[in-house]
Amino acid sequence: MSSINRLEYAFGKFNLFVERHVRTIFILPAVLFVLVMIVFPIGYTFYLSFFEWSMSGVAKPKWVFFENYKTLLFEDARFWSAVWRTFYFTIFALVLEVVLGVAIAVLLDRNHRAKNLVKTLFMLPMVATPVAIGLVWLLIYEPTIGLANQILKWVGLEPQLWIGSKSQAIPSLVLVDVWQWTPMIALIVMAGLTTLPQENYEAAEIDGASSWQTFWSITLPLLRPTIFAAALLRSIDALKTFDIIYTMTQGGPGFASETLNIYGYHLGFQYFQLGKTSALLMLFFLLILVISFVIIKIRQRLEVYN
Amino acid sequence: MKAKKLWFGRLNLFLVIVVIAAFLFPFFWMILASFKTQAQIMSNEHFLFFKPTLKNFYSVFEEHNFLRYIWNSFVVAFFSTLFGLILGLPAAYAIAKFKQHGLGLIILIARIIPGISFMIPWFIIFSNLGLINTYTALILSHMLVGLPFIIWVMISFYETLPMELEEAARVDGCTIQGAFVRIMMPLSTPGIITASILSFIFSWNNFMFSLVLAGDRTKTLPIAVFNFMSYSEINWGGLMAAAVVITLPILIISLALQKYIISGMTVGAVKG
Repeated sequence: MSSINRLEYAFGKFNLFVERHVRTIFILPAVLFVLVMIVFPIGYTFYLSFFEWSMSGVAKPKWVFFENYKTLLFEDARFWSAVWRTFYFTIFALVLEVVLGVAIAVLLDRNHRAKNLVKTLFMLPMVATPVAIGLVWLLIYEPTIGLANQILKWVGLEPQLWIGSKSQAIPSLVLVDVWQWTPMIALIVMAGLTTLPQENYEAAEIDGASSWQTFWSITLPLLRPTIFAAALLRSIDALKTFDIIYTMTQGGPGFASETLNIYGYHLGFQYFQLGKTSALLMLFFLLILVISFVIIKIRQRLEVYN
Repeated sequence: MKAKKLWFGRLNLFLVIVVIAAFLFPFFWMILASFKTQAQIMSNEHFLFFKPTLKNFYSVFEEHNFLRYIWNSFVVAFFSTLFGLILGLPAAYAIAKFKQHGLGLIILIARIIPGISFMIPWFIIFSNLGLINTYTALILSHMLVGLPFIIWVMISFYETLPMELEEAARVDGCTIQGAFVRIMMPLSTPGIITASILSFIFSWNNFMFSLVLAGDRTKTLPIAVFNFMSYSEINWGGLMAAAVVITLPILIISLALQKYIISGMTVGAVKG
């Protein structure tokens, strides 16, 4: 047998082997990656959450059992404020984004000529780098030289502190989030609009329904699953918002915009309380899983109901 | 009736223009400020009309060495996307072909988990392996965003492809993997483009993973821009120039390939 033949033979054998185990060979590398990079770290975080450790080489991790969880849940006011702020931020942003997103989608859907151009321009906020976006809005919100106060002055209103004020910090950050993510809701809803059956609209037109009536009693109910899906995707990401908040306020002033994500980062990478941080991350992880699960269940219930 | 319709059309156009202007304005403002001197930004008289300067861009590239950070960002985004595709495409194909919905669910969970949940173990492990401040750590961590997304996009893409094509190829003596490489991959080019661009953009934009895992040598653009801010007095012009440098490539890619981006951003949501 010549060496070329032998190579061919080996290659054929190899191909046959791959074919027989194709399912494993195609999936295994990705699954291994997920196991090593996701499942293992989560398990390790869970394990660490029962210890007290500040990542020093001298002091070994100290087993404290549920102490970290107890501290967070019953003694740490900063934790509960962060939980509350996370929800405040998410719900505030989500409601605005869904209402504006649906309105804008319907508005753009009617404008047939420029639809593609408009869609393209409209998508830019959500692909732009959040850190850069945060900086631009920092300049806009700047109390003495920023455009936000300049506009208030032109309209005859008092200048505000925006992210510099404890009560306005979260609403100001919500505005940035709304600017960045309303386009996503709008684009999803627009895609949903193209799939709606036309017969209903023709019937409505024959019955002489006004456009408002048509929107309210035909478009909106038909769009409900799409809107729900968009809101689900968005709420999960909004709960985890980090970049914008960290670049603009780092959780300040004081702790006024410190959400769970930001608190976790401070606790872990500034105070190096790794055990307590791990406990916080487990709770955060659990919270997100529970919320996603509840939303998915509600959605299924709605679908059955429909 | 006709007059009413015309009026309505004009109102509609007006609203569309207002919406677009509102959403594009911050970009416009960023670009404008990047050409202003600090004095022009500080005074309220130079909002729209001023003598532009290139000094900010000069300082970004010359004094702050941004070419190096652009290169870092590019290397990390490129390789995390490439490896994401190598692992993700066959996996997505097998999940779609053999209907492994359980695995699909795991991938979905990977998208849901907050990234910060992995940071502590990674930080400890990468420190012990001496991988902090290396491309390896950054690429691996960025793959965590890219890979689940690639699989997610590609599963729904492969599900729309007719599997008979593969069967036809196999009747002609092609192996499954041969059919995958020669037939299904070329057919799924639009899906691959969508998945790659977005995976690249997510990595380019990523802040948190690089914040923890990058060091001076491997710092990616978002970290460089962020550090730019932490100097005692804020140099607004320089900051905006840095923001332009980091966003402009993304905006240009997005404008050029908008069709793919929109389909990627909305995938999975419409189908229900």
